[in-house]
Amino acid sequence: MFLLSFLIIPIVAAIVLLFVKHEKRAQDIAIVAGIASLTAAVNIIINNVASVDLTWLQVLNSRFVLQADGLAKILILLTAISFPAIFIATNNNQITQKNIFLSLMLFTQAGLMGVFLAGDALLFYFFWELALIPVYFLCSIWGGERRIAVTFKFFIYTFLGSLFMLIGIIYMYMHTKDHSFALSSFTNAGLTNMQQVTAFALFFIAFAIKMPIFPLHTWQPDAYDQAPTAVTMVLSAVMVKMGLYGILRWLMPLFPGAFAAHTNIVMILSIVGVLYASFIAIRQDNIKKLIAYSSIAHIGLMSAALFANKEMGTQGVLIQLFSHGINVLGLWIIADIIEQQAGTKLLSEMGGLAKKQPTLAILLVAFSFANIALPLTNAFVGEFLMFNSLFQVNPWMAAAAGVSVVLAAIYTLNMVQKCAYGEVSAAIQKMSTNKSAQAVLIVLIIIVFVTGVYPQPLFDLTKDTLLQLFVK
Amino acid sequence: MKVIIAFILLWPLVGFLFNGLGRNIWSKKTVAYKATGYIVASFIFSILTFINVQEQGAISVHYFDFIRTSSLTIPFDFKVDQLSSLFLLVITGVGSLIHLYSTAYMKEEEAPHYARYFAYLNLFIFSMLLLVLGDNFVIMFIGWEGVGLCSYLLIGYWFSNAAFNYAAKKAFIMNRIGDLGFLLAIFWLVVKLGTVSYGEVFTAESMAKLTSTDITAITLLLFVGAMGKSAQIPLFTWLPDAMAGPTPVSALIHAATMVTAGIYMITRANILFSASELTQHVIAIVGISTALLSATIAIKQNDIKKVLAYSTVSQLGYMFLGLGVGAYSGAVFHVITHAFFKALLFLGAGSVIHAMHHEQDIRKMGGLKAKLPITHVTFLLGCIAIAGVPPFSGFFSKDEILAAAFAKSPIYWALGVIGAAMTAFYMFRLYATTFLGQFRGTHEQEHHLHESPTAMTLPLILLAIASVIAGALGIPALMGGNHWLAHQLIPIIGEQHEAHLSHSTEWALMGISVSIALIALFIAIGKYKKQIDAEPETSLGKFLQNKWYIDELYNNVIVEPLNKLAGFLKEVMEKKVIDGAVNGTGKLVQYSARQIRLIQSGQVGYYILFMVLSLVLMIVLWFNDIAILRFLFKLTHK
Repeated sequence: MFLLSFLIIPIVAAIVLLFVKHEKRAQDIAIVAGIASLTAAVNIIINNVASVDLTWLQVLNSRFVLQADGLAKILILLTAISFPAIFIATNNNQITQKNIFLSLMLFTQAGLMGVFLAGDALLFYFFWELALIPVYFLCSIWGGERRIAVTFKFFIYTFLGSLFMLIGIIYMYMHTKDHSFALSSFTNAGLTNMQQVTAFALFFIAFAIKMPIFPLHTWQPDAYDQAPTAVTMVLSAVMVKMGLYGILRWLMPLFPGAFAAHTNIVMILSIVGVLYASFIAIRQDNIKKLIAYSSIAHIGLMSAALFANKEMGTQGVLIQLFSHGINVLGLWIIADIIEQQAGTKLLSEMGGLAKKQPTLAILLVAFSFANIALPLTNAFVGEFLMFNSLFQVNPWMAAAAGVSVVLAAIYTLNMVQKCAYGEVSAAIQKMSTNKSAQAVLIVLIIIVFVTGVYPQPLFDLTKDTLLQLFVK
Repeated sequence: MKVIIAFILLWPLVGFLFNGLGRNIWSKKTVAYKATGYIVASFIFSILTFINVQEQGAISVHYFDFIRTSSLTIPFDFKVDQLSSLFLLVITGVGSLIHLYSTAYMKEEEAPHYARYFAYLNLFIFSMLLLVLGDNFVIMFIGWEGVGLCSYLLIGYWFSNAAFNYAAKKAFIMNRIGDLGFLLAIFWLVVKLGTVSYGEVFTAESMAKLTSTDITAITLLLFVGAMGKSAQIPLFTWLPDAMAGPTPVSALIHAATMVTAGIYMITRANILFSASELTQHVIAIVGISTALLSATIAIKQNDIKKVLAYSTVSQLGYMFLGLGVGAYSGAVFHVITHAFFKALLFLGAGSVIHAMHHEQDIRKMGGLKAKLPITHVTFLLGCIAIAGVPPFSGFFSKDEILAAAFAKSPIYWALGVIGAAMTAFYMFRLYATTFLGQFRGTHEQEHHLHESPTAMTLPLILLAIASVIAGALGIPALMGGNHWLAHQLIPIIGEQHEAHLSHSTEWALMGISVSIALIALFIAIGKYKKQIDAEPETSLGKFLQNKWYIDELYNNVIVEPLNKLAGFLKEVMEKKVIDGAVNGTGKLVQYSARQIRLIQSGQVGYYILFMVLSLVLMIVLWFNDIAILRFLFKLTHK
């Protein structure tokens, strides 16, 4: 029953928050709830906990099943680290009705945890939407100037994807032998090839939009740019992982035949997307959009490596799920500090951060090099394994995707140069030290280096998932 | 030994953390003592290790597994053998001297920046040691990118200057292009052999598993990595720009150590490289071309550091020529002697720049001989060494490469001799313009001219001694020596295939190359001791002074088109085409909704409902799967 705590803690806190108008107290409650979840996450990593199986929608034969394997655990850990980190780092941000804001954030957290834990397709779908809906409100109420249009597009786009998935789930339900939504029943459905392809396509669309895979990505940069940064952090560090998670949890085990039949096309699309997004990132002056396109490129590489369908690359993706989240979170926190204090997200208006805020500039440089997967940072290990699997499939694909290694250096160092170096600009001159955010960044950067030098615990954590996928 | 070897590496790391984290706390004095002290400690431990290797042979140590998956294990292992122990000594030895020198050279910096400088420098030593200590290609790659990072940080050390940042970025990006080649070679090894450890790759068994295409591809890709790091055509243009960094950095990173990483890598993997004739030809041709191209550019440069930078590129070219013709010990020999005399020359240049208050244009110097006696003498010794005048160190190492080149092809040799003549010419043009003749700077500069403090002159003196005598490491059999270095390296490169030349031929070749170099040397002194290149250059001179317009070429042919492509993707493809299609779909739905609004109430909910229903219908029709209908029916009739 311990797994229920991942839902109960954020939901209870979210409900309590609705009634706590006092801003400071509301923040404290959110942070405490976040840290409580983190403690729970550490617990399930150290100790194995039993899965949960409760009666839910009996009439549809759907059960409330929560289970945590390595894949779930690593994403739960990421979620559990991200939320308190975000709460603490954005503590000083001016937000109207902060308690409602934080409450919705916690509902999102509950939704995400549910997605990663659900062992029943209908439950999975339920949490999938639960994670999305609060984000819709967060963006459309607290977002930037163009929030209405951007959020509408984001919502409709991903909702459309979810819909295909719902149809896919129902389709699978119809083909299970015992008419159940359980993951295990889906696995044993015994679909024909044609049926596999159909179901594969329905699920794939939802995950492809969520990741996003080129060319279904245009909702993302705008959404990242216009969402309140705390929400952008959630979207970018954790929510995009839902797509990759979906592939690992549903596509690969349920439709192995259809999956194997479509690897080439998806790999090619993904690699095109990696290069495409990298090129666009080079020309971005808006730091938030630059990070957004950089993230699209990184996720694209992970998608390509997943569809390489090799054990080594999948292992790389499993730990990169975590590492990418930590790195991109660090970058967003820095971008947010700058936007809040300097009042700009345009790189052309920045400059001189290293002189004005040396510690923050050092952190920016450190996260930037993690972003381009410098060895001994966390991203190197994952990317190294991922590239290896691409190479196994086709050396030319690895070489093409490898160009992004150079492109990433170009756009990331552009960002560092324009933001941190040079003379202090008028905007940067306005900045002062944000201690709590810096403390969070320091914790994150320690994670970056520790898991970069000694990644073995992450390998061990995800070993069972890998065994399930690759040892028949 | 496990602990001692770990500490060779840990001392600089501790220094990095100490100075980096305490940059606002420690006084400059503390920083200077600690930073230098840690490298000296590392040097001492290196000596201990070196002695141990001399007595007992190579040592392998295992610390932990860096990556361990079911199909691939990459251990965090170190291997100290005859090759890496030599590099350890050079890195920590020259490194110690340059740290000492820096304590005085950088003393005008404010305390936090002073500490930052030494933190970077310590981190560099750490990365460089990792590069040579690693027992597999991945550990080497970690150090490889690590030194690139430090190079980036140190070139852009004065971060307020936009041009310096640009140079730093350029260095890192060009290196990354090379690194991509290195990475692909590693992937190739992993896919074919399932291992990257030297001990497992360089075996007859593994070699048998590789086809000749594999070997050629792997070695060429590794060489691409070497091109980036060691500044060879076409990836060499970053190195002259890297002179934006503080001068001791140029001495340590961009002359003595980091840029020779490519030579280390190829020597380490010599078994692979010797197995591909094609790769060897490519390396030799790239090497000699780079040597000649950059020598021609060096002749017309007027910035003291730029001359030395192009000279470094040129000398690295010689080393690659050596590798290409199979003279691995000659290449390593030249790495070592070059580390001494080029570090000496850069530090000497730093002493001059220091005395001249940051003036780097040699046309505004002249006559410094009297005012900077120690700098003058040591610089002169460095020039003689690099020019290849016997019995100075550069003569022996360069001669070994040239002799091996002759054995492979007399054309290589002839081109090498031309390059050697140019080397002697531009070095003595530099020497004469700087130190001889009349002082041409301002009165204020002349008034302030002074010899540098002991912390700077001591490294100059020690390096000068090393530059003079280091040739003793490899006196050829021809002269009655037994070539200690070549014997040292036998476990790594095997018995050197002595150039099949008769003694008389060797003497003749040596005589020719030395005489030509001497002639060039005296022409340069004669020409430049009284006058300078004051006139603006025309035609060929201008072409050389502008570095063959290669930067401009790259800019127009590669950078700009890619920039345009990126702009096109961002402005047209993304906004108009892809997002246009998405928005178009949205508009279509809205349009349909507007039509339906005539019969519907027109609320947003209906838009979504409409979409949902029509999509469901579409899917149903599409797959014609009656199951869904049956399910819906069941749901509604429960």
